[in-house]
Amino acid sequence: MLDYLISGISLGSVYAIIALGYTMVYGIAKMLNFAHGDIIMIGGYAAFCTGYYLHWPVWLAVLFAVVVCTVLGVVIEKLAYKPLRNATSLAVLITAIGVSYFLQNVALLIWTSNPKAFPNMLSFIPYVNIGRIQITGTALGTVVTCIVVMVALTLFTDKTKMGKAMRTVSEDKGAASLMGINVNGTISLTFAIGSGLAAIAGVLLCSAYPTLMPTTGAMPGIKAFTAAVFGGIGSIPGAMIGGILLGVIEIFAKAYISTQLSDAIVFAVLIIVLIVKPTGLLGKKITEKV
Amino acid sequence: MGNTILKVNDLHVHYGSIHAIQGISFEVNEGEIVTLIGANGAGKSTSLNTVAGLLKASSGTIDFDGKSLLGVPAHKIVGRGMALCPEGRRVFLQLTVQENLEMGAFTRKQSEIADSIEAVYEQFPRLKERYKQIAGTLSGGEQQMLAMGRALMSKPKLIMLDEPSMGLAPILVDQIFDIIKELHKSGTTILLVEQNAQKALSIADRAYVLETGRIVNSGTGQALLHDDSVRKAYLGG
Ligand SMILES: Nc1ncnc2c1ncn2[C@@H]1O[C@H](COP(=O)(O)OP(=O)(O)O)[C@@H](O)[C@H]1O
Ligand SMILES: [Mg+2]
Repeated sequence: MLDYLISGISLGSVYAIIALGYTMVYGIAKMLNFAHGDIIMIGGYAAFCTGYYLHWPVWLAVLFAVVVCTVLGVVIEKLAYKPLRNATSLAVLITAIGVSYFLQNVALLIWTSNPKAFPNMLSFIPYVNIGRIQITGTALGTVVTCIVVMVALTLFTDKTKMGKAMRTVSEDKGAASLMGINVNGTISLTFAIGSGLAAIAGVLLCSAYPTLMPTTGAMPGIKAFTAAVFGGIGSIPGAMIGGILLGVIEIFAKAYISTQLSDAIVFAVLIIVLIVKPTGLLGKKITEKV
Repeated sequence: MGNTILKVNDLHVHYGSIHAIQGISFEVNEGEIVTLIGANGAGKSTSLNTVAGLLKASSGTIDFDGKSLLGVPAHKIVGRGMALCPEGRRVFLQLTVQENLEMGAFTRKQSEIADSIEAVYEQFPRLKERYKQIAGTLSGGEQQMLAMGRALMSKPKLIMLDEPSMGLAPILVDQIFDIIKELHKSGTTILLVEQNAQKALSIADRAYVLETGRIVNSGTGQALLHDDSVRKAYLGG
């Protein structure tokens, strides 16, 4: 029982980190970046190739993955989304889905569809015993990373000048630019942060579930999106709570109800939450401007 | 009267196929209050937003402080000494009062802004009382003061105010106009857009009358206040 809770929190922490990327991009660029999940997969391959084939140390392989994804996120935003800044949200959504398939197919070309056995990059962390429960190093590392990311992001958006600028851009791009804030630069920065986090999520995910394929990011991406909506899209603590709850629900559903039905249960819970509270658990009411 | 600080010449602006501004020219000299008056939809906000870089001009020139502003994006214009306090206030509702003011000084050095914040609080004591409050919880009048304070935080040579009295109770309208007069006295150059033509003309050095995207009349505030056509159209006879 407690074991399940721990693995649920650990899986949920990965969802939470992915959901943070979704939620930040949504909050600032007002778009759903459906390719976010595939950036996780690219991050996984970047870490795999350098860590496994080239035997780079873990920290360097992870750093490389973060750099690759950060650059990739910024480039995708510039090439695919920026030209659509004034287009309908449907056009942007379709483009994002296109980018998602593009990334999956590029991965298919480079790495083929054969799954790679991802080495556990958190194996250096020792397990700990609390009473009779054992927490694996992987779970511990994942949860701690998640907490660090959450605290760092919250401090960044609440306390730093750039973070506050991000909040103004999320509220009113025109008014933000009147302050002297470079709106396009701020949106790029958001994509950079979100994509860098996706690389970390990719390494954590593949360390816990070690099959890496071009489609690896797709399902966690959709679930993390669900988590972001669940917690209240646009809200950082919401993404966190949504991600962890989702992970716990999924693991418990798998353990006590049915492995096959676990995803259906996860999405059913989302639907119920949205019926009861359409803005998600911590979502702010969207105040319409006159 | 000082040098010309803002000079707009033969400006045209389109929204898609709508020709909203059809060749207007006006200027503002250092130390003046100049007002643009006109009915709803005449093109007053479009003019200010174009000068501030939020909208693109189709043709014409805009010179500020001796340099062209054409093609300069909005976020690079503030640093040159021009601030727009936009229509509808547009304060950042989810930021605190103090954070809103800090954002107004975004282009300035962090070390220089504490004094400016104090100066704004001195001018608007209500804001000081509420400095930690989220701007969304302020009343309309307080939000207008915050929007003006925020614009002043960039230490502008020219401040453009778009309908600062809109939607406010009469007593607050008087207060806002008093503040504008004070700003003027302290040497700030002001370009004021108002639907409240009576009040705007009575404090303005000079004024332009805008009608469907064209300037149809101009002169000193006092002259227009006594102009028959202006009285009929904007001052209720
Ligand atoms: N975003 C927009 N899209 C299309 N037309 C607009 C837009 N904003 C303003 N207009 C039109 O431009 C004209 C001038 O509007 P505006 O500058 O807001 O007038 P004012 O500030 O004098 O009330 C009006 O006819 C208005 O309908
Ligand atoms: Mg207007």
